[in-house]
Amino acid sequence: MSAFWAIVGQEVKLATRVGGGGGLAVFFFLVAITLIPLGVGPNMPLLAQIAPGILWVILLLSCLLTLDRLFQTDFEDGTLDHLMLSPLPLELLVLAKVVGHWLTTGLPLIFASPLMALMLNLDPRHYPMMMVTMLVGSPALSLLGAIGAGLTVGIRRGGLLISLLVLPFYMPVLIFGVGALRAVLVSAPGDLALRNLALLAALSLLCLVLGPVAGAAGLRANLR
Amino acid sequence: MKLSGILLPWVSVLCVGLLGVGTYGALFVAPADYQQGEAARIMYVHVPAAWMSLATFVFMAVASALALIFRHPLSDLCAKACAPIGAGFTFLALLTGALWGGPMWGTFWEWDPRLTSQLILLFIYFGYMAIWSTIEDPTRAARVAAVLALVGSIMVPIIHYSVDWWNSLHQGPSVFREGGPSIHPDMLWPLLVMALGYHAFLIAVLLVRMRTEIIRRRVRALQLRRVGGLA
Repeated sequence: MSAFWAIVGQEVKLATRVGGGGGLAVFFFLVAITLIPLGVGPNMPLLAQIAPGILWVILLLSCLLTLDRLFQTDFEDGTLDHLMLSPLPLELLVLAKVVGHWLTTGLPLIFASPLMALMLNLDPRHYPMMMVTMLVGSPALSLLGAIGAGLTVGIRRGGLLISLLVLPFYMPVLIFGVGALRAVLVSAPGDLALRNLALLAALSLLCLVLGPVAGAAGLRANLR
Repeated sequence: MKLSGILLPWVSVLCVGLLGVGTYGALFVAPADYQQGEAARIMYVHVPAAWMSLATFVFMAVASALALIFRHPLSDLCAKACAPIGAGFTFLALLTGALWGGPMWGTFWEWDPRLTSQLILLFIYFGYMAIWSTIEDPTRAARVAAVLALVGSIMVPIIHYSVDWWNSLHQGPSVFREGGPSIHPDMLWPLLVMALGYHAFLIAVLLVRMRTEIIRRRVRALQLRRVGGLA
């Protein structure tokens, strides 16, 4: 277990030090959000209406853009070969990498999201719900991403391939995430928001099982 | 190779026969829909294609699982050959759906749950095919593609139901449901015959594609040997 936490710690350190590019995802989030009003016009009521969808879509894209870092750099400098030789099961290694990825990408994005929501004129009363949906949904993004990253490690032009492979799998996360947020926004009757949130949590838990196993299988298929 | 050579003509004849009978039934026997008129006949192309788009994916996933477990090269070939056929069915379902939606819903494209999940399925097929075309080493491509197909087989139902979570504009299932089919027998049997014809089509094309792939690999091996002999 100490090896597990060592890898998580290493991931966080690497991302936060110079050259790690840990803040890039948040920066991308910010820049991409800025594009939306420029594209659809500075219409505040309209922005408030489409904010949940926009925030979630750009969250997906920010996560996606950082995925090729997950295994690719370690593959290039040979670290991955060493890690695969270690006694730690490959599935746990993938899980450690995912935890590191989530801590350095998912979590900062969630903390930055109120700022983005402010720019999109989302009602501040809904910020807690927005952050809860992202907190529940973003682990699924990192876990599904690990599958894509494992499948494409060591492939030329793999970055583009990841997007093609992973984005279809992200769609349920998007649907339930936005579903929960929008249900609160339009104050839908009943417990629609809670039901969406429960399904989102179920999805994250399923990915917790699926991600490490499939990611490890992908790594094994590619590095042999 | 030998077995497939014997099977191929039979399956092809079966396929043409079933599709022919199905088409006849669909065009001349089945009554026009009381609401949708003659345009409803596109259903006999559309519905089996939609069924087959999923059935082919299941078939592909099973072949991939067998490939991962037993490492039999034929299952790899089979899974690989499935993908373009499945993508073809999916595209056909989308296309006929759009053509039908044009006059019926007044719009060719609607963000309806089933259309959307078919579109996503098409994307997954594309992703699967992209793996085969991006990775040069066939054994490595086979393993990576197999893992993707298995992950896909878990995610596709989830995607389907999550997309269903929206309100549906599409009519509910009317063939497979409790209490028996709700459509008229004269409309049902051409539909089922068409579905069987589509299955035969899948098997026939699958056999052709697998044979082509085997021959292609043999040619490649022979070419390599000849180049090796010259050097």
